[in-house]
Amino acid sequence: MSDYNFAYLDEQTKRMIRRAILKALAIPGYQVPFASREMPMPYGWGTGGVQVSAACLTPGDTFKVIDQGADDTTNAVSIRKFFEKTAGVATTEETARASIIQTRHRIPEEPLTEDQILVYQVPIPEPLRFLEPSEVETRKMHSLEEYGLMHVKLYEDISQHGAIATAYAYPVKVEGRYVMDPSPIPKFDNPKLRMAAIQLFGAGREQRIYALPPYCEVVSLDFEDHPFEATRADHDCDLCGASDSYLDEVIMDDAGGRMFVCSDTDYCRSRRAAGHVGAQGAPYEEGRP
Amino acid sequence: MTALLQVRDLARFYGARRGCEGVSFDLWPGEVMGIVGESGSGKSTLLSCLAGQMAPDRGEVIFDTRGDGPRDTLKMSEPERRMLMRTDWAFVHQHARDGLRMGVSAGGNVGERLMAVGARRYGDIRNRAIDWLGRVEIAADRVDDRPGAFSGGMQQRLQIARNLVTGPRLVFMDEPTGGLDVSVQARLLDLLRGLVREMGLSAIIVTHDLAVVRLLADRLMVMKDGRVVEAGLTDQVLDDPQHGYTQLLVSSVLQV
Amino acid sequence: MIEIEGLGKSFTLHNQGGAVIPVMAGAHLRVARGECVALTGTSGAGKSTLMRMIYGNYRACGGRIMVGDVDVARAAPREIIRLRREVLGYVSQFLRVVPRVPVREVVAEPLLALGVGREAALARAEALLARLNIPERLWTLSPTTFSGGEQQRVNIARGFAHEFPALLLDEPTASLDAANREVVLSLIEEAKARGAAIVGIFHDETARARVCDCEVDVTRFSPERAA
Repeated sequence: MSDYNFAYLDEQTKRMIRRAILKALAIPGYQVPFASREMPMPYGWGTGGVQVSAACLTPGDTFKVIDQGADDTTNAVSIRKFFEKTAGVATTEETARASIIQTRHRIPEEPLTEDQILVYQVPIPEPLRFLEPSEVETRKMHSLEEYGLMHVKLYEDISQHGAIATAYAYPVKVEGRYVMDPSPIPKFDNPKLRMAAIQLFGAGREQRIYALPPYCEVVSLDFEDHPFEATRADHDCDLCGASDSYLDEVIMDDAGGRMFVCSDTDYCRSRRAAGHVGAQGAPYEEGRP
Repeated sequence: MTALLQVRDLARFYGARRGCEGVSFDLWPGEVMGIVGESGSGKSTLLSCLAGQMAPDRGEVIFDTRGDGPRDTLKMSEPERRMLMRTDWAFVHQHARDGLRMGVSAGGNVGERLMAVGARRYGDIRNRAIDWLGRVEIAADRVDDRPGAFSGGMQQRLQIARNLVTGPRLVFMDEPTGGLDVSVQARLLDLLRGLVREMGLSAIIVTHDLAVVRLLADRLMVMKDGRVVEAGLTDQVLDDPQHGYTQLLVSSVLQV
Repeated sequence: MIEIEGLGKSFTLHNQGGAVIPVMAGAHLRVARGECVALTGTSGAGKSTLMRMIYGNYRACGGRIMVGDVDVARAAPREIIRLRREVLGYVSQFLRVVPRVPVREVVAEPLLALGVGREAALARAEALLARLNIPERLWTLSPTTFSGGEQQRVNIARGFAHEFPALLLDEPTASLDAANREVVLSLIEEAKARGAAIVGIFHDETARARVCDCEVDVTRFSPERAA
């Protein structure tokens, strides 16, 4: 523990990041530049989220990390271990017990509360980037609220696929002002963006932080005749039987066998612990996956 | 009647060098004005200053806005000026690649200005895009193709559709027929003449091609070294040039 | 309808030592409604120059050129543009059109420019082309590949498409056969009958005698004589 400053980053860096976070909270959806540091992990592995988490953590916090809903993937495990080692904070896999949750590509199924913070890892923070390569121009478009281009992207979707095919990183408008990329969460999660917890978004490589304060208005962009739909696989979870959660499709064998399971592993576990059993599920036993 | 565009003593310098200086003129509704001159004569600088793409060092560019009547566009806030650029103004570039989104379908290219001013019904946007493709002689079944799959002439026509879909009143064109085959040029010229007539458009066309201005422009300004040396009716300037430079320019055209 | 007074013209050739070539001085002319005035004089005397000045194609160096209530010698470009669209027609000796535009459209264009409906304009164009014996199979082709006589007739059809109150005709019957010459002369007579003021150049003496009310020899306006 004494080998590291608390939560790895030096205090000046944390202050710099906290100032960016406060500014981001004051201007919901606006991308605040910050001086992203080199972290002991490659870009694309959550360096932005880790820096934001490090700046938010206090010794009394309980920390949870999820990667595409799961607590047990390489990325989630290594970030959790990183903060166990550098901050010595308590960690958990239970959503309700965590005070800070760092996430990659999902929002937990269980509603968050006002005393929680959700930290997103963001690969590309600029929603206009794929259509307008110039940063100078996209900044100007944000400042002047020129968002016609965002609908061009949705138009292209419909003209090529017959429906808005964008299934993740679905663009939203925040408080009627800034268009924001919610990070690559499935659009199923978009309606949950309006929530009680503070949401912070960190992009390490792109050096941007943005935020959604509690209960802030978040609207998914759409057309009047092609309205936004929060889609999920038309199935129940095969382990816990949930019909309201976002599902992963898992291929079981070479013969076309498959099952649909909750992408949120903690949600699925807690449902099974409460006695729910899905079509291919076995009754819950403590200590078994 | 109020002039659509009133330009007063416009000047732009590049350091000590003159881009253009002392340019004044009125453009009336429905008029097409050509600006000719050699490379480096200042005609492109002038067009950029008029179209709000470059800030002049001096002068006024007063546009008769729909809402508030004549206003100096150089004193407008940037949001106002950019709004003007995607509603009442249009800019047709010499290279279609500068004026089109190459990664977006033809329909998306035409629809962008509609969406930028708030259109939110996909069906309406698409129908208007198809209608405009028809008006520039692009078949409806090309609506989902990207501009990269189009010929040079088609790209240029697509650029025109993309610009005119919001019914602008003033179109800036920078060498709109440059780089096209002669036969493709002719078709484009005819299309432009028809649109100018039907929509009552005013246009300012920069070109070095005297044949193009003779067919397209009502009036002509001749530029040399950043200054306007002669202006008047197009056929009068070409057939009875008064200034020595214009006489040289006209007499230098190769006869076919 | 057309009144010219004290009109002068000279060309300054800046690239040939600034040579000043005076070509006309003290020209005057009056054409009433329904009247046709022929300009005469030897080749080079300035018939076409005078006609071009009336049209605003050449810039006058002094004097007045009233067409209706517009002084072409002083009018702003946009006044001349309007005059040409509504009041003053001009049939030149040369057809100048956008390549690849069909004959029908070329002839209908002056009407379309005035805001006449497309169908009505095309119908009028077709009637004129038929009358001038342009075969129907050519109507959808561009006139740029036509023979000299055909181009001349297309030019005439275009000039007569709109019933201009004032008309300038530069050799309208040159290079035409007898039948077509007859059509053109009757078009001129009809224009006079509806009150058009016409200034024409006719080398063909019988044609001139038939449609013109008086002749003006432009040699009188040559600068040497005036001086």
